[in-house]
Amino acid sequence: MDAILNTDVLVIGGGLAGERCAIEAANAGQDVIIASLIPPRRSHSCAAQGGMQAALGNCAMGDGDNPNVHFLDTVRGSDWGADQEVVRMFVDEAPAAVRELAYFGVPWTRVTAGTQTHFIKGRKVELTESEENAGLLMQRDFGGTAKWRTCYAAAGTGHAALYAIDGEVVRLGITVRDRVEALSLIHDQGRCHGAVVRCLRTGKIGVIIAKATVIATGGHGRIYGKYTTNATINEGTGTAMALATGVVPLGNMEAVQFHPTGLWPSGILVTEGCRGDGGYLLNRKLQRFMVDLEPEKQELASRDVVSRHMMTQIREGLGVDGPFGTHLWLDIRHLGREHVHTKLREVYEICQDFLGLDPADELIPVRPTQHYSMGGVRVNKDGQAYGMSGLFAAGEAACWDMHGFNRLGGNSLAETIVAGRIVGARAAQFAGGKTDGPDPALVEHSVREQQEVIADWLARSGNGPTVYEIRDRLAETMMGKVGIFRNGEELEEAVTDIYDLIQACDTAVLRSKVPGMNPELAFALRLPGMLRLALVTAQGALARTESRGAHSRTDYAARDDARWLKRTLARWPHGATAPVFDYEPVGLLDLPPAGRGYGKSSIIEMSEELADYNETVSEEQQRHGRLDSDSPFGANLRAGEWRKATGEVS
Amino acid sequence: MSEARTLVFEIFRYNPQDPDTAPHIQRFEMREEPHLTLYLALNYIRENLDPSLQFDFACRSAVCGSCAMIVNGRPVLACRTRTADLANTIRLQPLPVFELIGDLSVDTGRWFRGMAEKVEAWIHSNEPFDPSAPEERMEDELARTIYESERCIECGCCVAGCGVALTRDDFVGPAGLNRIARFMLDPRDQREDAEWFEVVSSDEGVFGCIGLMACQDVCPKELPLLEVHAYLRRKMLLSKAPDLLKNISARRKESAPKTPS
Ligand SMILES: Cc1cc2nc3c(=O)[nH]c(=O)nc-3n(C[C@H](O)[C@H](O)[C@H](O)COP(=O)(O)OP(=O)(O)OC[C@H]3O[C@@H](n4cnc5c(N)ncnc54)[C@H](O)[C@@H]3O)c2cc1C
Ligand code: SF4
Ligand code: SF4
Ligand code: FES
Repeated sequence: MDAILNTDVLVIGGGLAGERCAIEAANAGQDVIIASLIPPRRSHSCAAQGGMQAALGNCAMGDGDNPNVHFLDTVRGSDWGADQEVVRMFVDEAPAAVRELAYFGVPWTRVTAGTQTHFIKGRKVELTESEENAGLLMQRDFGGTAKWRTCYAAAGTGHAALYAIDGEVVRLGITVRDRVEALSLIHDQGRCHGAVVRCLRTGKIGVIIAKATVIATGGHGRIYGKYTTNATINEGTGTAMALATGVVPLGNMEAVQFHPTGLWPSGILVTEGCRGDGGYLLNRKLQRFMVDLEPEKQELASRDVVSRHMMTQIREGLGVDGPFGTHLWLDIRHLGREHVHTKLREVYEICQDFLGLDPADELIPVRPTQHYSMGGVRVNKDGQAYGMSGLFAAGEAACWDMHGFNRLGGNSLAETIVAGRIVGARAAQFAGGKTDGPDPALVEHSVREQQEVIADWLARSGNGPTVYEIRDRLAETMMGKVGIFRNGEELEEAVTDIYDLIQACDTAVLRSKVPGMNPELAFALRLPGMLRLALVTAQGALARTESRGAHSRTDYAARDDARWLKRTLARWPHGATAPVFDYEPVGLLDLPPAGRGYGKSSIIEMSEELADYNETVSEEQQRHGRLDSDSPFGANLRAGEWRKATGEVS
Repeated sequence: MSEARTLVFEIFRYNPQDPDTAPHIQRFEMREEPHLTLYLALNYIRENLDPSLQFDFACRSAVCGSCAMIVNGRPVLACRTRTADLANTIRLQPLPVFELIGDLSVDTGRWFRGMAEKVEAWIHSNEPFDPSAPEERMEDELARTIYESERCIECGCCVAGCGVALTRDDFVGPAGLNRIARFMLDPRDQREDAEWFEVVSSDEGVFGCIGLMACQDVCPKELPLLEVHAYLRRKMLLSKAPDLLKNISARRKESAPKTPS
């Protein structure tokens, strides 16, 4: 790669969020460069099978759906941790965003008129689709929703969406630099000017100078090592880069979602679509434990609820012992061979390829596995990072924050394209109004910093640990002590462990010093950032003495709205050896906090009046670094609109 | 269970960034474990035996198309290849056709972007998107047909297995032909068959193919590439008869009912 590139908008990340941003910015007339670790179409977005939520209400079971019902489901799902204004923006725009994907060519599954057989809560049900809606986008059932709302393209929604979006990127002639890794942001503590990058073909360092920079680097599940459904490249480098600025905070890093059905032992995701279509979860005695534990939603309660019940089964000795540890079973045999081999073909293929079994005849070994990072770069509703002008974030890397403490299945793919449209437009707007560039000395300094880091790694010798040993130890700590059930004692141990690992990392030694991209060096450059992300996750979880959504403390079982209706903000000041924690209000509360209607519900109620809480939000958030948005604070909320929702979560 | 095997890996090594090296084959040994895949094995080798080894994995679940390589002479996705299905000695080489980045890593990304540009792999529509309108209708059966050809993950196995792609740079390759068919099938794409003629019916397109069938055999997604080729040839021959063509393309467009306004 050339040493210095200039552009208006630099988008770091070529997944759905990054590419959708890039399209919007290019359409606004800005010059755009996408930098990506791998060719965009290989980004992790391609692995999403299940679907995308948008309140279209086209199918029989989606009848009466509208953005208000979607709003209720999403806020409830978040356990009131979400920013409700952002949720509102999202649910209002999701239908157009999904239809736009149809326009870009996604072969969405369509409504077929007439009567079809489905499995609902384990029973065969005949549903009749109307002639009137035939040919419109079809929806399927996903956990935690009152209506069938998840649009899908057979079993490959993420793949189809990413190919369509990338087709648009190619059509617009947007420059894509693949095999280019951003290492750090060029900034002066207040304004971001692009990034220092490393070419993964040659190992050469370069810079991309930009007026606006968007972090769209996806999740950071790999801080859980192999205990994740995420791709090997989801190492959180973008999120860590923001933390490394010292001024940009990460939001709610302790909010980590576990997916109930990671294939055991590889961690590959078995889609929620299996349960949506009527799959069962079974324990060692082949009992459907979810029926007794969650009589209403059963296998389709929200992910945090299902994962926790599964872990309880395992803890109570009802798990199945296998050669690699304990797991449970997913049963889709009763859906029939035809259904399994066509509608759930990707699941069938995964079982064939990785375990050599046919799920039409055999049970699938599964276990809850790290799946989604609700936390990330804290941004305002325009996607503008707190505390740093010219820096934006979108997609899983961001904490925008429409998911709060638990995101609903199908909401994150939809988030990528909705946020892409909004954040891309704002980034373009920002870039359009700027003519200044960075001080050359600042650029030089940023490059030198990275060159020194590399030189330091290459200069080390001796018998220190390998970077891979540290990664594996981190994985054990994170899964064992910062997992699905958490408690103060284990979290404290985790924090200590991670500090030890940070020290160990300082003494780690490379075994290979070959010229070129050097895969071991490439990983070594990511490891310190991963350790820092892990630390703020564990420490944030320790500090949060309540249970909310996916954050479940056995020693603080109640959701504590009196003390914890807050978002965690973690910063890592420049040169400091430990992070600093702050808390801000979650956002304007339009839908008042209440029970979710599923899962356990022990709640310590807010002591403050709703109006008093809402009164302080804007100022408090500003005090924590929130920059002004394009439309005034609260302007998109449409307060009280949700009362028009007629569908209710059962 | 019988005793664990010792696997012998013979791996192509070459780092173009290192002037001191030349292409060669390096041998590694490791014990086989249950459910061992080439993804796990290669990472084991890199982390324990030779940290400089280059290869590409991302999803490790056979959906992203990153990891194709030649295993015992055949292009496959490494992540979903189980060693239990292979003999004791496993020979790994990078895909041909694509530019070598290092060892087992090749540049499929640029190749596929070039292909997408050449066949203009996007929906060509004359109407702008209307965010307030309901989606255009489509029969589910047609959606499923399009999805079938959309399933290509651009892994490059078929390209690497194709004798023509090996010798002709400008051949769009079996994956390229599949991509063309995918857009031809799609009524949202308003390109007329005649517009396709240039790219499809030259030697860069379907008439470059000599029907050796290797592509279909090696496609990990089992795309019916030969049917695709037959479809394209038929289309192109028909497009020589303009009237016939008009009828067909009109029929193709009717098959997707428009939204009643
Ligand atoms: C197996 C699986 C299945 C899922 N299924 C669903 C589903 O059915 N429905 C749903 O709503 N959600 C689903 N999700 C979640 C959803 O897929 C993701 O949240 C979403 O795709 C993230 O998109 P993204 O664009 O933010 O990031 P990604 O698609 O992960 O893209 C990240 C991009 O950043 C690049 N990158 C990263 N770091 C750097 C760096 N330092 N420099 C340069 N580039 C970098 C990468 O190359 C990549 O292009 C699923 C997730 C998983 C793991
Ligand atoms: S059938 Fe055609 S495209 Fe396929 S491998 Fe043979 S020559 Fe190549
Ligand atoms: S057609 Fe098959 S083999 Fe060829 S690139 Fe696509 S998925 Fe791979
Ligand atoms: S790693 Fe994604 S296909 Fe093999």
